Amino acid sequence: MSDTAAAPPPAATRTMTLNMGPQHPSTHGVLRVVLELDGETIVNAEPEIGYLHTGIEKECEVKTWQQVVPLTDRVDYLANLSNNLCYVLGVEKLLALEIPPRAQWMRVMLTELTRLNSHLVWLGTHAIDIGAMSVFLYCFREREDLLRIFEMFSGQRMMTSYFRVGGLALDAPRGWQNAVGKFIKEFPSKIDQYENLLTGNPIWLKRTKGVGYMPLEDMLDLGVTGPMIRAAGVPWDIRKSEPYSSYDKFQFKVPTRTESDVFARYQVRIEEMRESVKIIQQAMDGMPEGPFQADAPKIVLPEREKMKTQMEALIYHFKIVTEGFRVPAGEVYQAIEHPRGELAYYIVSDGTSKPYRVHMRTPSFGNLIAMKPMLEGRLIADSIACLGSLDFVLGDVDR
Amino acid sequence: MNFFLLSLIKVGLVAAVLMTTLAYLQWVERKVIAHIQLRVGPSRVGPHGLLQPLADVIKLITKEDLIPAHVNKFFYLMAPILAVALALTSISVIPFGPQINVFGVETYMQLTDLNIGVLVLLAISGLSVYGIALAGWASNNKYALLGGLRASAQMISYELPLALAIASPLLLHNSLSLREIVNAQDGYYFGFLARWAIFQMPMPQIFAFILFMIGAFAETNRIPFDLPEAENELVAGFHTEYSSMKFAAFFMAEYANMITICALATILFLGGWHPPFPVELGSGYVPSAIFGMAAAIALFHGLNPARPKDRFTLPVFAIAFFGLAIAFAIPVLNSILLPLFWFASKTGFLLFLFIWVRGTLPRFRYDQLMRFAWAWLFPVSVVHLFATGLLVALYSN
Repeated sequence: MSDTAAAPPPAATRTMTLNMGPQHPSTHGVLRVVLELDGETIVNAEPEIGYLHTGIEKECEVKTWQQVVPLTDRVDYLANLSNNLCYVLGVEKLLALEIPPRAQWMRVMLTELTRLNSHLVWLGTHAIDIGAMSVFLYCFREREDLLRIFEMFSGQRMMTSYFRVGGLALDAPRGWQNAVGKFIKEFPSKIDQYENLLTGNPIWLKRTKGVGYMPLEDMLDLGVTGPMIRAAGVPWDIRKSEPYSSYDKFQFKVPTRTESDVFARYQVRIEEMRESVKIIQQAMDGMPEGPFQADAPKIVLPEREKMKTQMEALIYHFKIVTEGFRVPAGEVYQAIEHPRGELAYYIVSDGTSKPYRVHMRTPSFGNLIAMKPMLEGRLIADSIACLGSLDFVLGDVDR
Repeated sequence: MNFFLLSLIKVGLVAAVLMTTLAYLQWVERKVIAHIQLRVGPSRVGPHGLLQPLADVIKLITKEDLIPAHVNKFFYLMAPILAVALALTSISVIPFGPQINVFGVETYMQLTDLNIGVLVLLAISGLSVYGIALAGWASNNKYALLGGLRASAQMISYELPLALAIASPLLLHNSLSLREIVNAQDGYYFGFLARWAIFQMPMPQIFAFILFMIGAFAETNRIPFDLPEAENELVAGFHTEYSSMKFAAFFMAEYANMITICALATILFLGGWHPPFPVELGSGYVPSAIFGMAAAIALFHGLNPARPKDRFTLPVFAIAFFGLAIAFAIPVLNSILLPLFWFASKTGFLLFLFIWVRGTLPRFRYDQLMRFAWAWLFPVSVVHLFATGLLVALYSN
């Protein structure tokens, strides 16, 4: 194949345009890629996005500050708690709110569980795209346990909305240590299972090694972040470089590779899962006692009991429910390390009880830009492996 | 007895058995894959989903039979017919058992015993690429076209190593008739080791068997060589534009090809219907023992049901298995059923291998697949053929 591609084409050959998506089994959602093919070789690839545009950014402007939280769930529906966290951190920065340690540690633990959730879906779909069907269902077995844990905490499997401005929505449920502890005790052996099926598999190596290479400079130019850039050799992780939510109190490594191909990205993400397990273990072992919400009566809803018995609490409750709290005018750019890369919320407040503007710098969008240079000159089958290694969620791209 | 009447009866029997096997092979595949993947598989239609094939057939027949406006109608309609006809034809030369005597009539358990049976099979499987290539071309769809092109290139490339892998046991047995090939594998070394081609002196054909199976996976477009219909790349490949029974025809062709090629592997390498160890060591009692045990297990689980409905279904299975166990113990039926049992269980094991691999391995890339065929499989099978020829020439006298 490669020999014929290198030879000068006869005069009469024409390229073929192939429309991949928006309804295609491997574009995960509604990405549309217009491929220009010479035989099976991709000459040109034009990604087209916007099929899942939800208008969430605009909708944020008509909601009160607290009401925006459920909207952030829907942006990246595979890593909702990370989105929750980024938004509430931004608003808390504007409010200059002090969050109690228990809430902070709980947030760390749950966002790391979210990272596992997101990486599991990525691994499963990536593997099924390359043809290994069973890995998909093994990943979803563990994801099911994770969703049960999320449901235990928040009452919802996917759209959790568990983090609130000022802390958590509820205190951790009874027995959460057992559920999380059991999960992370078994999880490393499950990762070994996936690796058994894939890491040493000659067909898997042939499909991923050297495929989708992209030089580091190009990635930096395009604003690619997360596991993609770590697989190119840069140990850039916002959890380390700008610790938020007391990430500086946790010990973990930032896995890197230098090959910058699909296999390197696969290895980085697998190792990240192992590191996340360590963080969750530390969070569980050292979980502080104390309140789960900040001591800020104008922002945090009062306890039910207090609201029924104390005049002041009743007034605050009424104000928060009817009008919402006000946020001092100003703007903030809050970035966190999302499973897919750097997620940032740029929040502008004009001093009212509703955001003036909420802009999301989403990792999927930044990473998807890298698709075009990655695909050109490669085979159709590689496009599937490359798209999988980008790990994008279309909701996150279009918001 | 009248030759035509006898042939008609045999054709009817084989067709009925083959069609049932086709339908249930799909059920088995879904069940096995489901259990590999921690699912339960079909379980709604009938006990343990056993009527699922029937439901599928009804569904496929009653679906709207769509012919898109942009297709080349003649070739579009011809492709599925060609695919399924060729796939079903090849079963006619496969022998299932030795000569038997039913109500005083002597006959072979085979539709037709050609003295060039192997060549006919190869010729038919060579033609079967037309069905897929035409489907891809006539559909006038880019995904289908790519799938059709991939399929043609792949099947032609893998035909060579497949044919060479078949050639070496032929050298060993010195015949092209499938019946004689099986007969040449009768007997045992040291009284217990079967003289199957994979063990047979002077050149055990175990490598030829492996090469053949790799080629077989590619010939039948199964994972890891299922590129023509690689769902994640080409949507549905060559049958993207087909619906209803035309789609089912391709499906049937794929499964019929699988059955034929596994039967061929059994005949060429695994000694056909000969038991793996001699009758003196009790191979005649194996089926009775297996079905008896299955009956006992089914009965045990029926008495301790995991689900309420198991209380009724499992005892029925137990009775069926027990009936089979008794049937195998009756001397008159024994001589007919035993060869069929060994033939079916060997073929069934190979079919299980196909399904097992599907649940485990990822898929090759198109260029890697071609390189694998031409740069690795083809030279190895040539060398193997020469080695076999040399050894046979040196030792056969």
